[in-house]
Amino acid sequence: MSNAYDTIVVGGGVMGAAAALGLARGGMRVVLCEARGLGMGASGVNAGTLSMQTKRIPLTPYAIRGYTMWKAGGDAVGFRETGSLCVAYTQREADVLNRQMTARRDAGAPIELITEGAARAKEPNLRPGLLAASYCAADGYANASLTGAWYRRQLAEAGGELREHAPAVRIEPDGPEIVVQTTHGALRARRVLIATGAWMKAMSEALGMPLPMRVRVNTVSVTERMPIVIRAVVTHASGLLSLKQAANGTLLIGGAWQGRGEAATFRGEVVPANLVANLRLAQYVLPKLAQAQLVRSWTGFEGQTPDFVPLAGLLPGTGNIYVLGCVRSGYTIGPYIGKLMADLMLGREPELPLFDPARFFGEKAPSTT
Amino acid sequence: MNASYDVIVIGAGPAGAEAAATAAGLGLATLVLDEARAAGGLVYRAPDPGLAAHEPDGNAMRTRLAGSGATVAFEHRVWHVAPIAADDERPARFEVSAVGPTGLVTVQAAALIVATGAVERCYPRPGWTLPGVIGLGAATVMLKSQRTLPGRRVVVAGPGPLAPLVANLILQGGGKVVAMIDPNPLGRWFGAVTGVAKRPGLAAQGGSWLARLVVKGVPAYRGWDVRTINGRDGVESVTLGPVDGKWRPVPGAPERTVDADSVCLGYGLTPAAEIYRLLGADEHYVGALGGWVPVQRQGRRTSVARLYAAGDGAGVEGAAAAPLSGRLAALSAAFDLDRLDASTHERESAATQAELARAARFGSAMAKLVAPVASAMADVPDDTIICRCEDVTAGAVRAEVAAGVREINALKAATRCGMGPCGARMCADATTALMECAGVPFTEIGRLTARTPLRPVPLAALTGTYDYSDIPLPEKLDT
Repeated sequence: MSNAYDTIVVGGGVMGAAAALGLARGGMRVVLCEARGLGMGASGVNAGTLSMQTKRIPLTPYAIRGYTMWKAGGDAVGFRETGSLCVAYTQREADVLNRQMTARRDAGAPIELITEGAARAKEPNLRPGLLAASYCAADGYANASLTGAWYRRQLAEAGGELREHAPAVRIEPDGPEIVVQTTHGALRARRVLIATGAWMKAMSEALGMPLPMRVRVNTVSVTERMPIVIRAVVTHASGLLSLKQAANGTLLIGGAWQGRGEAATFRGEVVPANLVANLRLAQYVLPKLAQAQLVRSWTGFEGQTPDFVPLAGLLPGTGNIYVLGCVRSGYTIGPYIGKLMADLMLGREPELPLFDPARFFGEKAPSTT
Repeated sequence: MNASYDVIVIGAGPAGAEAAATAAGLGLATLVLDEARAAGGLVYRAPDPGLAAHEPDGNAMRTRLAGSGATVAFEHRVWHVAPIAADDERPARFEVSAVGPTGLVTVQAAALIVATGAVERCYPRPGWTLPGVIGLGAATVMLKSQRTLPGRRVVVAGPGPLAPLVANLILQGGGKVVAMIDPNPLGRWFGAVTGVAKRPGLAAQGGSWLARLVVKGVPAYRGWDVRTINGRDGVESVTLGPVDGKWRPVPGAPERTVDADSVCLGYGLTPAAEIYRLLGADEHYVGALGGWVPVQRQGRRTSVARLYAAGDGAGVEGAAAAPLSGRLAALSAAFDLDRLDASTHERESAATQAELARAARFGSAMAKLVAPVASAMADVPDDTIICRCEDVTAGAVRAEVAAGVREINALKAATRCGMGPCGARMCADATTALMECAGVPFTEIGRLTARTPLRPVPLAALTGTYDYSDIPLPEKLDT
């Protein structure tokens, strides 16, 4: 049909938007439909940490390339290269830190194990008593809330169409094409990419190919502006803390402490006990937080696969429905894996292997495209 | 304070105080929380220690609450409210988290009455962030609670009854009001006041404010508005000019500049409806009630079971209506908790409802004078700051709308507008109005998501005293 798009991307987080951008730049006629605004899910409300020290080892090469892409975004994405520091205060934490950071370094991440003295020389406001620390100079953060504005402008320049506030209600194969019914009319294309994060599970179920995903409800908090007390992104060996101070003086506190809520309703809420635990860990590491005012806490829905690596490839049993999603490292690797996905759909050889969803459907363990 | 109550009332203004007193009077274990040192809210703001109160209504209200048997917790800032699902032992309930003088407080109740009042609506004008510019509501706090004048030569500006009230208080305090500015023409005032002639006392009250200002020889500019507030390090003068019926400057009309060292400026009241939003109650937009308000069912019930809406926070109806809506909410809560028989409930509620309808008439007439007027933002210059917490200008908002942003949360993400400590209380209406003026249909703009904490709280108040071993880190750290 003449009015069919080459590709419909369902979901306007960083992955869907980056894929749509790659497809548009590759010459495809592409439309992205998003239930709310671009970058208003986890891509827009995460803590913005770009750190090799928090990435799963198989994702290290993707994270290095994703980081480079955020860095290229510069001020438009609020990027700052600050370095990152991971800390441990007990022997158990120190053992984990030493083991994990060594493995990440072996996988190519430029991480160095440093002494307490070196760590506190970099960040004098850290609580003394560190039993281990590691540092990565080529780390930093971006401002996740700018994700939507960043991709909205780039998509417009590349000629990608955008339908915001147009939730996809049904995805129906129609001969060689696919029809995506949205609340604002039907879209037709030769292929569809589903990149709906925490909402992917329900969509895959509706297509008869349920993906085994869990939904996590992560909490992030921000303080009022205060004098500069840390410069690096600070994380904790448990993986349950990220702490950074933006140039404007506000401190952003994350660490994937759980709130509650249902992705289907888009409504998440903070669980006070978990928030307090998150803040206590942050204040333990950085005692000057005792002088801060908490301004806002919020939650974001994150889809999680059982094996903690992304979904990126053709949905088994279909010839033209692709899925793309991730967990934990999604923000960092998003721009890059979105581009790889676009390459795959454009018939180009992706620079690095993708992550075939077929592994969850009784086929051989992680095969790559 | 106990760990659990039958009913918690948030806010001890006229609505909350009466709700709490009524609930306690019906035998319900009742807790009322408020940020202030004493009950009164904004309208009956209690004076600071050592200053005598001259609001007889406020004193009567405080006496009634104190003798009611309700537990009162002043200087408690509520920062989170959450529903707790029913379990084997207890039915569904609410959990309220607050920070008080002794630190973190968490209490539960079967029913929740929200009486959080209203906040000022601000339509920014160039120069409005200069020292010396304050809101009309803030001015009433200064004048009533601290007996402090906002300045020596004050411009008082804004539609509705608050501006004449503030001007009046300034005159009483020995200050000088150099100009009274009201974007509404005098005719709208007369229309509103005569519309409530069935309550002659209140009509006379409204009329007496006007009369008094005229007697004192205060220059009044009706159908005018503030154009710019001028000065280097503080207010030095105010430029004003005529506006049309939509509060837009009349092109080519002569302007006037008056010397002043302070400005009290406000464009009405917006219901403080964050708690309803946080709890997911159905909301609708009613301009005549001040903006987004919870959808109400019979007896001040909301769409969330055992969540009740009292006072101006549920829609601006004024101080006379507030205690009646509070009483109605408490009667409903008592009935819903099986603590009040059906016939008493019906009789008391009907009588209160009838009284409320009469009392709300004056408040509603006044509220119509101060309903949101989006076009008031149409001609604001691009370099005017809209969000003073984050220094976001009108031009930045307009640029994002031009780039395709249609919804206010996306606008917030793109510009930081509304991300600061005020929680967008000061800029949400102005931002919405700017987006409307830039061509976005109101229905697409939506409303800002409610966030925890409801007000900024000291982080140390939440964390308290603790050891590292108190932090629930998992046994297995390898992820």
